[in-house]
Amino acid sequence: MTLPQPVITDVSAPYWDALQAGRLMYQHCAHCGASWLPPREHCPECLEAGPEWRAASGKARLVSWVVYHIAYNEAFKDRLPYNVACVELAEGPRLLSNIVSGDMARDLVLDAPLELRIEHEDGMALPRFVCETS
Amino acid sequence: MRGQCVIAGVGHTAYGKHPGRDRISLIVEASRAALADANIEKKSVDGVLVKMANAEPSILYGQAVAQALGLQPNVGCALDQGGAANIALISYAVMAIDAGLMETAIICYGDTPRTGARSVYQRPRGDDAVYGWYSTAAGYALIHQRYRQQYKIPEANFGAVAVNSRANGARNPHAHLRKAISLDDYLSSPFVVEPLRRDDCCLLSDGAAAVIVTSAGRARDLGIDHAVPILGFGQAQESLDVHLRRDLTRTVARGSADQAFAMAGLGRKDIAVAQLYDCFTVTPLITLEDYGFCKPGQAAAFAAQGGIGLDGDLPINTSGGLLSESGTPGMQLVIEGVRQMRGDATLQVERPGACVISNQGGTMHTHATLILGRPS
Repeated sequence: MTLPQPVITDVSAPYWDALQAGRLMYQHCAHCGASWLPPREHCPECLEAGPEWRAASGKARLVSWVVYHIAYNEAFKDRLPYNVACVELAEGPRLLSNIVSGDMARDLVLDAPLELRIEHEDGMALPRFVCETS
Repeated sequence: MRGQCVIAGVGHTAYGKHPGRDRISLIVEASRAALADANIEKKSVDGVLVKMANAEPSILYGQAVAQALGLQPNVGCALDQGGAANIALISYAVMAIDAGLMETAIICYGDTPRTGARSVYQRPRGDDAVYGWYSTAAGYALIHQRYRQQYKIPEANFGAVAVNSRANGARNPHAHLRKAISLDDYLSSPFVVEPLRRDDCCLLSDGAAAVIVTSAGRARDLGIDHAVPILGFGQAQESLDVHLRRDLTRTVARGSADQAFAMAGLGRKDIAVAQLYDCFTVTPLITLEDYGFCKPGQAAAFAAQGGIGLDGDLPINTSGGLLSESGTPGMQLVIEGVRQMRGDATLQVERPGACVISNQGGTMHTHATLILGRPS
């Protein structure tokens, strides 16, 4: 079963293209200095159009996480139990992702330092994270 | 606005399974019961305010409901705010009555996620489905995890919420699930999306519920002696995506409650009983804190020490809430609040004071608060 594919739009294409090239990018507003994900056309703070793309350092922290014991989609049946984590990049933007190091269900602690690991799967390049301490 | 309008009557269908029933026919059944409870004739209703059906949102839905009720109201609409919408609609009804747009409104909700479509609760969340991000439960699990770890809350203290709701529901003849559980039952129930166990999660129930709102003056003219005054209401909303929220352990419920208490001219100590939206066990705990009844991180200990029980400092969810009475999103809590204030609840709390009710939707995105007083 292949993973459910993201809908790639004109707005999000640079994000996914950069991941294919090995970089995680976020958006930054030159006008007010806000930084965010997911990609959008306007700054959610000052509503200015035309945000810049910046490369993330790959350093992040674990805000929270969950472990699925039920698969709501066939693609995840063989992965149970699997985690989904709320990750905050050192630069501020947040995203949902998977932690792919250690016993993913058991070893996680709040605010643990994370490091980006881009994984290639089903033709996509996905920003996942490893826990630096595990 | 304090006391200008009243809830003149309440009604609901059986909660549980209604295979083959249409959700609008359930709403008609509940509305008929509410009209009978208020002893108000249908022809005096000039407002129909409907909460959107979560399982199948549709255009001109409020008008479809009004048509099934045989009404051509002055004010009619359907509102989508997730689970905050029932109380939000009650507050909009009060404002429309105050503005002279209408005199008497039916506010109602019905749906059939138990035997009909329920995919809304299991849906993928945008592009994050690629990471396996599915379901309503997962967003609450993300909050539960952060809250539990940050405040080092023992698992059993979440169980106290489930045990309380299930005990109250077991004694409610209208409840969908009339089966009390022990703390051991809770702790041995399987994980769904960890840290959420099965018994942390509310029911999925078919059913409908309705209330009649009118002005206090009109209720007096009609001789309705059990009309429950609406003392205060409030609303507040957060970001749609739960993970973008800076503090996962806090919600905007405090602002919503502050508005409602200010309108009512009441303090937290004036509340005798509370009906707090319990779609998951963490929800009423955070609401207790954001409403100012407990300090941050202390609501679970308050619950575990019996604070939320029928004899506790603040009894909550006295008819079983979403965890036991009905998984329908929020109107059953309003109806139980009305019964507590009238003095005809099944598990009546015998102490003076008002009732506060919370409704909330999405992943604690939308919040609405209602404060009810005693019939005069």
